Amino acid sequence: MSNGVLVIAEQIDGVFRKVAFEAVSEGKRLAEQLGGELTAAVLGEGVDTIAGELARYGADTILTAQEPALKEFAVDAYTKVVADIVAQVDPSVVLVGATMTGKDLAARLAARLDAPLAMDCIGIRLDGDTLTATRPVYGGKVLAEVTLTGTLRIAAIRPNAFGLKESTGPGKIEVFAADPGDPKIRFVEKQMETGKIDLTEAEVIVSGGRGMGGSDYTILEDLADALNGAVGASRSAVDEGWRPHSDQVGQTGKTVSPGLYIACGISGAIQHLAGMSSAKVVVAINKDPEAPIFAKSDYGIVGDLFEVVPAVTQEVKKVKG
Amino acid sequence: MDIIVLLKQVPATESVISIADDGKHIETENLKWVINPYDEFAVEEALQIKQKQGGGTVTLLSVGTDKTVEALRTGLAMGADKAILVKDPAAEEADGLGIARILAAVIKTLDCDLILAGQRAVDDDAYIVGPAVAEMLDIPHIAMVIKEEITDGAVRCTRTIDGGTLIQDVPLPALLTTQRGLNEPRYASLPGIMKAKKKPIDIRSLADIGLEAGAVAPKVRVTALKTPPERTSGRIIEGDSARAKAAELVRVLHQEAKVI
Repeated sequence: MSNGVLVIAEQIDGVFRKVAFEAVSEGKRLAEQLGGELTAAVLGEGVDTIAGELARYGADTILTAQEPALKEFAVDAYTKVVADIVAQVDPSVVLVGATMTGKDLAARLAARLDAPLAMDCIGIRLDGDTLTATRPVYGGKVLAEVTLTGTLRIAAIRPNAFGLKESTGPGKIEVFAADPGDPKIRFVEKQMETGKIDLTEAEVIVSGGRGMGGSDYTILEDLADALNGAVGASRSAVDEGWRPHSDQVGQTGKTVSPGLYIACGISGAIQHLAGMSSAKVVVAINKDPEAPIFAKSDYGIVGDLFEVVPAVTQEVKKVKG
Repeated sequence: MDIIVLLKQVPATESVISIADDGKHIETENLKWVINPYDEFAVEEALQIKQKQGGGTVTLLSVGTDKTVEALRTGLAMGADKAILVKDPAAEEADGLGIARILAAVIKTLDCDLILAGQRAVDDDAYIVGPAVAEMLDIPHIAMVIKEEITDGAVRCTRTIDGGTLIQDVPLPALLTTQRGLNEPRYASLPGIMKAKKKPIDIRSLADIGLEAGAVAPKVRVTALKTPPERTSGRIIEGDSARAKAAELVRVLHQEAKVI
């Protein structure tokens, strides 16, 4: 039984997800507290060229598991290889980024290893041997503290909830002889929305609701572009067919933790407020001064969003030069 | 085609959630309970598949309490054929893996080609049960499915990933978890509601399905529930014009909040 930490660092198309670096940063902190080593593993094909990036956040050892079957995410092949890595490294804690694929992997891995799992954590604490994770439940209306019992604990960490911390480690890169077993899932096709920042990883989100009045989100896209952020939507806007399901923020959509959340023409239904409750700073722009969103915002502007939003975009461009 | 749908009853998403005096549970009085919205997609998809395939059964399977019967009746009223409820005091504090173990134990006694489940329940937001059941049954699963097509003992799924979609093939039997966009769940019709009253709900204890309480002892325990920190300032930015308000907003975001 080791006292080390293993981080599964997720990449897609040869680029690490930001949460992979956040997981390594948090893994380093936990490994120091446990007095153990930090191992980071990256699965894929041709990933040896990027593996070294994980050293910047303090990985002692970096394992590269390369196989054609791991080029694209498939939960069966990934679970098999990660379980084999766990068997070799024998860590006390495994960290995974809580992306859509990371959550899928973590759940199946927990079942295979019969290990306790805290999904979508926003905080992790070690008191001696006890691992306590903080995680939003009820779509973010409540925060739960959960303790994980066992010698091997798994935590999937929410993107944007843990900071990045650079530190030095030997960053020794080793090849892990990956055996994906006999996977049943076959890859057919992948489609990525190019140039789009995913809501869960965005530092800034500009969201529109019923007040947008239609599917023309140009003014929100312009503001999001100026802030290098992403565009989200309320359930009403999605139900109206103005925006895709993947843009929905809320209890039955995505729960997000950006640094800045700008809600435009969103009244603030309880499900939406839950989904954005872990944003650091919230701004509401709405013409109705009684809209519930104002009570859950740090700053509010009462006004016509079609006038206010373009003006905000202009001001942002001035500040950003 | 015989399909099993994993179903959980949860508080409706419009519910205000309050923490009970013990600090570990929520107040359950006065809550409106519904089928987990992602499980509703699963029920709907199962009914559509059964119709397309020209036969078979749709069985709802849940772990819950007496109250859960209401959610199962709703699913039966939508058109499912029968339901199984595992009800046992020992199951009430089970974690995701414990619930999955119970569901898998029941499924092992049934014949099925396909299992459908919600990607997560909107109460504990754990995303664990579906994949864990598949693992315990040693069958493949695909999560977050927005489109599926069954042909010749296999299913082609489109699933969401962060920033895009992935299309994958998997042989049956398999488990799929649902993502918003898969379908629009139907409402139960009045004849459906009448028929549902006569459809069987088989209630079993852990002993009935050959599990001991120890098999579902939780390794993940909730030690405290808290309300997220409230936003205190709630400052309304005043100004003579949209432009003036915008300038002041950007100034405070840049200089005070330092998020721009």
